[in-house]
Amino acid sequence: MKVLSLIIALVMGALLTVILDDLPAWGDPNSPANAHVSAYYLENAYEQTHVPNVVTAVLADYRGFDTMFETGVVFVAVIGIMGILRREDAPNSSKKSVKRPPHQPPDPVITGVAARFMVPFMQIFGLYVIAHGHYSPGGGFQGGVILGASIILMAMTGELKSALERMTEDWFIIMTGLGFLIFAGVGLACMFYGGNFLDYSALAPLFGGTPQEAAITARYHAMLWVEIGVGFTVMSSMFAIYSYLASDGWMDRGL
Amino acid sequence: MEWLQINYNYLLVIVLLMIGLWAMIGKNNLVKKCIGMCIFQNAIIMFFISMGVKAGSTIPILNYTKVDGVKTYFTEASMYANPLTQILMLTAIVVGVATLGMALTLVQKIYSEYGTCEEDEILKKIG
Repeated sequence: MKVLSLIIALVMGALLTVILDDLPAWGDPNSPANAHVSAYYLENAYEQTHVPNVVTAVLADYRGFDTMFETGVVFVAVIGIMGILRREDAPNSSKKSVKRPPHQPPDPVITGVAARFMVPFMQIFGLYVIAHGHYSPGGGFQGGVILGASIILMAMTGELKSALERMTEDWFIIMTGLGFLIFAGVGLACMFYGGNFLDYSALAPLFGGTPQEAAITARYHAMLWVEIGVGFTVMSSMFAIYSYLASDGWMDRGL
Repeated sequence: MEWLQINYNYLLVIVLLMIGLWAMIGKNNLVKKCIGMCIFQNAIIMFFISMGVKAGSTIPILNYTKVDGVKTYFTEASMYANPLTQILMLTAIVVGVATLGMALTLVQKIYSEYGTCEEDEILKKIG
């Protein structure tokens, strides 16, 4: 089996090396990937949305469907992990069919104190990355991961229980769905105002100015709402995946 | 030698793809298979990102000049790297995390059921 898999991998590598000369050169500005639609985004994104970070503009606006169902994929993964690992009787130790071995909780003084100082700053930075995603590298996914990492840091340096007191199981389940609902809700609001699903310029009546300016402002603001929804889902799903995997579904202690 | 210099980004991706594929098929341990899947994903992410590079370009956040308090943004496409590949890979990374979490969950369940992560031992215990 080992030899066979090595042969398969080497054959694949050889085949890919043979076609190497047909691929565009590195850094070629006229290669097919750089030619058609990406140039349109770079040239028109600011005019149409007033967002200088083209990545955010394309992610949240032009390719809104993609991002929405990407959030849905994360949501479904959390549902799947919950369905496999969650134990109904976890908080009630008398109902446990299998007894867990007793565990002496560690007392990490240095890491605990250091994490206590770091966590608030990490969370402020995460909020900044979400809110400033229109102008600098950032957005819902990145900020959500930073916020989730701050809670995971609490769980890793202290006890999983102390992190679960601040971010309870009920809350992260609700928040994972809530982020997806915010994203889909913005899309539905566009339909109520007479546009297509996720066509943010339909929200223009909510904002002042001439119709053209209002459409641009609507797209600008709707992108921020959508990014906040993505941040909710990613933050809570990161912590959900960690807490289920680290405690094997018992939710009593982490790594 | 010149051929290596022109194609070194593709060659790196091919090497990573081979390592990932070999680990996914050949390794006996389920966690090592997950690691192989991660390496394979990262190879594809690096391939896409290196496709979006343009010579002499910067990140796809528009530059501007300020004249008398009025900002004018430069929107020439040749000035910035391709934003589309970066967006596709941003979402691919998130899907990668979700699938890795799901795979590790299944491995954990298999371990608690059979007491081992080795493929041949599990197959022996099943039948």
